Amino acid sequence: MALYNFKKIAVVPPAKDFIDIILSKTQRKTPTVIHKQYKITRIRAFYTRKVKFTQQNFHDRLSQIIQEFPKLDDVHPFYADLMNVLYDKDHYKLALGQINTARHLIDNVAKDYVRLLKYGDSLYRCKQLKKAALGRMATIMKRQGANLTYLEQVRQHLARLPSIDPYTRTIIICGFPNVGKSSFINKITRADVEVQPYAFTTKSLYVGHTDYKYLTWQVIDTPGILDHSLEERNVIEMQAVTALAHLRAAVLYFCDLSEQCGHTLEEQVKLFESIKPLFTNKPLIIVLNKTDIVRLSELSPEKRAILKSFENDANIPMLEMSTITDDGVMEVKLEACERLLAFRVDQKIKTKKVEGLLNRLHIAQPKRINPNRVPCIPESVLKKRQIAAEKAERKRKLEREIEEEMGDDYVLDLKKNYDIEGDQKYDIIPEIWEGHNIADYIDPDIFEKLNQLEREEQLREEAGMYDYKVPELSETMREIKQLAKQIRDKKIIMREETRVMKASTKPVMPRTAAAKVRDRSVAKLKEQMEDLGVDMEDTENAHFKRTRARSRSRSEPARKRMRLESVSQSRARSMSRPPRDEMGVKDVTMKTKLKNIAHKALKKKIAKKGLKGEADRFIGNKMPKHLFSEKHRVKTLIG
Amino acid sequence: MRIETCYFCSSRIYPGHGIQFVRNDCKIFKFCRSKCHAAFKKKKNPRKVKWTKVYRKTVGKELTVDPSFEFEKRRNIPVKYNRELWSKSVEAMKKVETIRQRRQNLHIMQRLHKGRELEEERDIKEVKRDLSLIRSPAAGLKEKKKQEEAAEEQEQMYVDEESNELEAEEMEAN
Repeated sequence: MALYNFKKIAVVPPAKDFIDIILSKTQRKTPTVIHKQYKITRIRAFYTRKVKFTQQNFHDRLSQIIQEFPKLDDVHPFYADLMNVLYDKDHYKLALGQINTARHLIDNVAKDYVRLLKYGDSLYRCKQLKKAALGRMATIMKRQGANLTYLEQVRQHLARLPSIDPYTRTIIICGFPNVGKSSFINKITRADVEVQPYAFTTKSLYVGHTDYKYLTWQVIDTPGILDHSLEERNVIEMQAVTALAHLRAAVLYFCDLSEQCGHTLEEQVKLFESIKPLFTNKPLIIVLNKTDIVRLSELSPEKRAILKSFENDANIPMLEMSTITDDGVMEVKLEACERLLAFRVDQKIKTKKVEGLLNRLHIAQPKRINPNRVPCIPESVLKKRQIAAEKAERKRKLEREIEEEMGDDYVLDLKKNYDIEGDQKYDIIPEIWEGHNIADYIDPDIFEKLNQLEREEQLREEAGMYDYKVPELSETMREIKQLAKQIRDKKIIMREETRVMKASTKPVMPRTAAAKVRDRSVAKLKEQMEDLGVDMEDTENAHFKRTRARSRSRSEPARKRMRLESVSQSRARSMSRPPRDEMGVKDVTMKTKLKNIAHKALKKKIAKKGLKGEADRFIGNKMPKHLFSEKHRVKTLIG
Repeated sequence: MRIETCYFCSSRIYPGHGIQFVRNDCKIFKFCRSKCHAAFKKKKNPRKVKWTKVYRKTVGKELTVDPSFEFEKRRNIPVKYNRELWSKSVEAMKKVETIRQRRQNLHIMQRLHKGRELEEERDIKEVKRDLSLIRSPAAGLKEKKKQEEAAEEQEQMYVDEESNELEAEEMEAN
């Protein structure tokens, strides 16, 4: 079937479209930007590429056409003949041949121009060469216009041809026009062939398929054939003739007994005789149609005599049928199928292949079954089964069954089946003792180990390891301890004092501080010394205040001091200056007054300038543009 | 039901307390309270955190190696319940516990003893060096002097009496 599917041939565009397609493809698929300042090699490459690309596209497209159209020498003779009848073999071959030569021409043109492009010395010349090349290719294609349109028509017709498989089981229906061929095919297949009461309703071959014996049968309806010589036959009749001539099929020759088709029985017999050569070596059946009008038995003897020639041949059965009443339609079909099948089988057996096939065939017969055959069960499996059976017997009573037996007396006892002896199973097992897990101590060796430990412990005790007592401190030691504590306390206090002193970050001598009073005094000294344990009694006469002169080298007194005018005067302590805001201020009242005045003045200033406070020196814009930027100078032309 | 130990501080975890963390390699970490859990989450090493039991053991503050520790152990060998065995084991537990307690206490006492000695040494040193801070070297000098004087006087008196007696004897003898 797939072999003769002409529906897949690509569309053949008319010449103008063909050229447009190819040229636009060149435009789209090749680079388009080129400049004259580019290197000449680049320019040449640019244009040669265009030429070659166009040529390649033409070539591909044309080769596709040539390949896709069926070659008359390769296809089945039926199709070859059919195509000859329909499209004229010569014309067809010529068209394809010219396409082929056009392809060659285009190739040559491209070759030439590519060669010329090698000598192009400017962008302009290269461009002209390219233009010329494409132009020549286009003209070559333009000349193929007629061929292309012809091929397109052929393609369209081919696509619409019925897909006839020349190798399958086929039934061909033939006969004069208007004898009921199409009605018959409509009856036995689902092919919807037009049926009209005039001659040549069917103008081409039609195919339908029918089923018989789980096989598909191809039924071909042919246009009617008139009785004249082969040369006089028209295209429509020739289709029928080619089908009859080339297809190995069962032929149904339709006759119209009622002669309503416009041809007498004689003519019909004559036609049969004239096309008889086409039926040789084919199963043939003569179908007498339209029995609803006239039956064979009702015919007049003269007419019966005409049909005598049919009846003489024993190999050709004659069947009566009526497509209107469905009378004998199925019989005709069955007969045709049976005959064809027998014929095909016969043909096949005659070929060589059959012997090879028969040699390979072997019919196997099952051996006689031994009645004593016993299943073989391995011993291990038997054992397993036995164990399983025993287990099943030993099955415990279900708790549920017990419950049903005992009724209300039943108490659920989950511990009953524990693997522990006696009533121990009902013990509440202790788990924890004083923060220890009892389970951690469970060990068969524990008692032995404990014995060992206890023995060791006893030894230790005897050795007096546990007799240790805190030794009593001696008198002196206790004293020392006391003293050490006191010393430590004292040290801590001293340390704290120095820390406090150091931690102060205040100026050592603030302005406002009164002169520091030296807190050295005899009383204090006495007190301290008494703290330290010195007996300060009987010191009334001691000269604590008078310092002893330091030992000094006996040198001359310093000159400078000597110059002082008043040596006798004791040096006075310098008076620090009063703070600036108190300078020249008489008393407190004046001070407050002055403070208020200053505050007011300050407030005024702050309010006026919008400052935050006295210390606000903020300048919003340090470089105001209008003060710093230059004005536009008038540009002056020099010279 | 059993009492677990905390992964971090090794204290006991009673049923219903604490929290567990199962790492993606199936190791289970049990914590007695959020404090331990938080410390673990901060990647603290329990050996370096002072309040844990492991720290105390690694630093030597507590007894670590002793046969009395060999009794309490997870043995992972199933033993069938036997009332006698159980009751005896509980008795044994008590004994073991007392012995262990005793030994631990001893260890601590011995450790503390060393501290006491050091303390004494330090006290002596302190007193030797810095006694002057609380007591002047001059303290009690006068009293001493007075006492000495008084003693001398007495001696003088005694000598005088004796001489007198001698004189008297001599006199008598003469």
